[in-house]
Amino acid sequence: MSIFLDKNSKIIVQGMTGSEGMKHTRRMLAGGSNIVGGVNPKKAGESVDVDGTMLPVFGTVAEAMSATGANVSVIFVPPAFAKSAVMEAIDAEIGLAVVITEGIPVHDSASFWAYSNSKGNKTRIIGPNCPGIISPGKSNAGITPWNISGAGPIGLVSKSGTLTYQMMFELREIGISTAIGIGGDPIIGTTHIDALAAFEADPETKAIVLIGEIGGDSEEKAAAYIKQNVTKPVVAYVAGFTAPEGKTMGHAGAIVSGSAGTAQAKKEAFEAVGVKVGKTPSETAALMRGVIASL
Amino acid sequence: MDLFEYQARDLFESYGVPVLQGLVADTPEEAAQAAAKIGGTVVVKAQVKAGGRGKAGGVKLAHTPEEAATAAEAILKLTIKGLPVNRVMIAQGAAIDKEYYFSVLLDRSNRTFLSLCSVEGGMEIEQLAEERPEALAKVAVDAIKGIDLAKATEIALAGGFDAEIAAKVAPVFVKLYEVFVKEDATLVEVNPLILSKSGEIIALDGKVSLDDNAEFRHERAEMERDVLDPLEAKAKESDLNYVKLDGEVGIIGNGAGLVMSTLDVVAYAGERHGGVKPANFLDIGGGASAEVMAAGLDVILGDPQVKSVFVNVFGGITACDAVANGIVGALAKLGSSATKPLVVRLDGNNVAEGRKILADANHPLVTVVDTMDEAADKAAELANK
Repeated sequence: MSIFLDKNSKIIVQGMTGSEGMKHTRRMLAGGSNIVGGVNPKKAGESVDVDGTMLPVFGTVAEAMSATGANVSVIFVPPAFAKSAVMEAIDAEIGLAVVITEGIPVHDSASFWAYSNSKGNKTRIIGPNCPGIISPGKSNAGITPWNISGAGPIGLVSKSGTLTYQMMFELREIGISTAIGIGGDPIIGTTHIDALAAFEADPETKAIVLIGEIGGDSEEKAAAYIKQNVTKPVVAYVAGFTAPEGKTMGHAGAIVSGSAGTAQAKKEAFEAVGVKVGKTPSETAALMRGVIASL
Repeated sequence: MDLFEYQARDLFESYGVPVLQGLVADTPEEAAQAAAKIGGTVVVKAQVKAGGRGKAGGVKLAHTPEEAATAAEAILKLTIKGLPVNRVMIAQGAAIDKEYYFSVLLDRSNRTFLSLCSVEGGMEIEQLAEERPEALAKVAVDAIKGIDLAKATEIALAGGFDAEIAAKVAPVFVKLYEVFVKEDATLVEVNPLILSKSGEIIALDGKVSLDDNAEFRHERAEMERDVLDPLEAKAKESDLNYVKLDGEVGIIGNGAGLVMSTLDVVAYAGERHGGVKPANFLDIGGGASAEVMAAGLDVILGDPQVKSVFVNVFGGITACDAVANGIVGALAKLGSSATKPLVVRLDGNNVAEGRKILADANHPLVTVVDTMDEAADKAAELANK
């Protein structure tokens, strides 16, 4: 088991023929993901040779789904066109849309989220501005290097890409059930809580690492959720204690506004519900190794 | 990007939001000229992005151009909440009858937009929210439906306006929402929105934050020139994500989360080394090529406060050997302009090859340390020498 993504996932890539899309399609294939095609209205009907695998290109997500049975789309479409790409995935009611694109205007994300709500949220959206989701040994939908860690009992959910990689690397001896990067934008689809709920229900996941950062209140909400609903051990890490107020720290969503969204408040929220918080990524990994050893 | 008051005023004006005349001045002479041009009583206002300007002496009334010059001279010497005042706005005086509050902003928590409105404006909104929460209406705004006249009227009535004034402010709310959407803002706030003694609704002071991600569909170069710190502007030219901070250890890393984490780890290490702190946030992204690394180092070494540099890279998509070649190439490119010690920590894919490349290059300024915590400690130690 794993969450949201497994061996049976059939993946299409929106924006496959662009440079980022092609680079990562190649990587996903090399890592064993079942990529069944791409979407680009301008190249519909063509086939692309990706290191010996012939991938068909479709005009729309709906066509790709009916031709291949795809149930996951990974979106690499540039920021200016990302909103309509996501809305197209929503219209096609694909099960999972992973939005890798960084730099989507937040008004566009607000629009596609409102659109998703109006359509009953049939498509799970991960991201935008995220590394995607990987269930090691099963499938990888996104840009996480597939060879950092093998499969194991730890579920990982994080706002940050490189901190996800770092944490997978530190815990590679134990292994990961699923690592999901939810993204660093102010408006995202899948939240910390959605991932926690899925990890709680996943029999393969024995313990959870949650990585947060400054901005918003996703971590505070996650802490409240853990108290009520999560029985598996959770270890957390929060980045951005030294971030000044009012400055965006790389991720569009990583900003302390007034007294809201500070790392300190998030840390305190976790500790108040008994979740241990590592001071550094390596200390967090050490805490998790302790948790696994005691299971 | 947060705009100055005068930039918000100009933006409002271009959308037909009622504002008073306002001209910027960088010197007392310019202030006098602006006051003469506007005529009558003017208000000289410090242009800093901080609340509480009035209490800090940053807002003064002037009845003549001479008085405006004197006021500007005093205000241009001020530092308000740590921010030096480099510019003032000379604004036409207003006869205020009532002060109101209106804003529309991004509501992250609910993944939509939110409008805040109150018939009791003037004081800082945080204060109003705390002291008189019942007087502050919070109305969710659907990102697709937006604020039309009916929605604007609903917001005004929720904010405590009577029907007559609601009919007057609602069209202004619609225009402010237009600013919010068309300019890709994350905040448009008017405080106070006033009713003048002659019965007009006027946006007297405004705050606007714009979404940097939407820059590709706007022309903002002029606004940016006024807003960004010089080093931040330089970094932006090279497409680097840089934030200037007030410390001694320059930081370069890949990925926003890892860089934020690096700042924290350096700050902890600094506690053991004379209280040194991180000097900046700099994310060079996934690529970490020699060109990008050189551009990053160039920006950081341009900060005279920097005493040491910590390069913290996790080799994921770009493996460590490529990153190591980037660092060696960057140092070769910079030549004698690279003068500060560099502590490098590499981890991840091809880490052994990467460390070997740095060891073979044996650059006198470079120290390679295996773990992030130890590397932070070394960088802090070097910055404290």
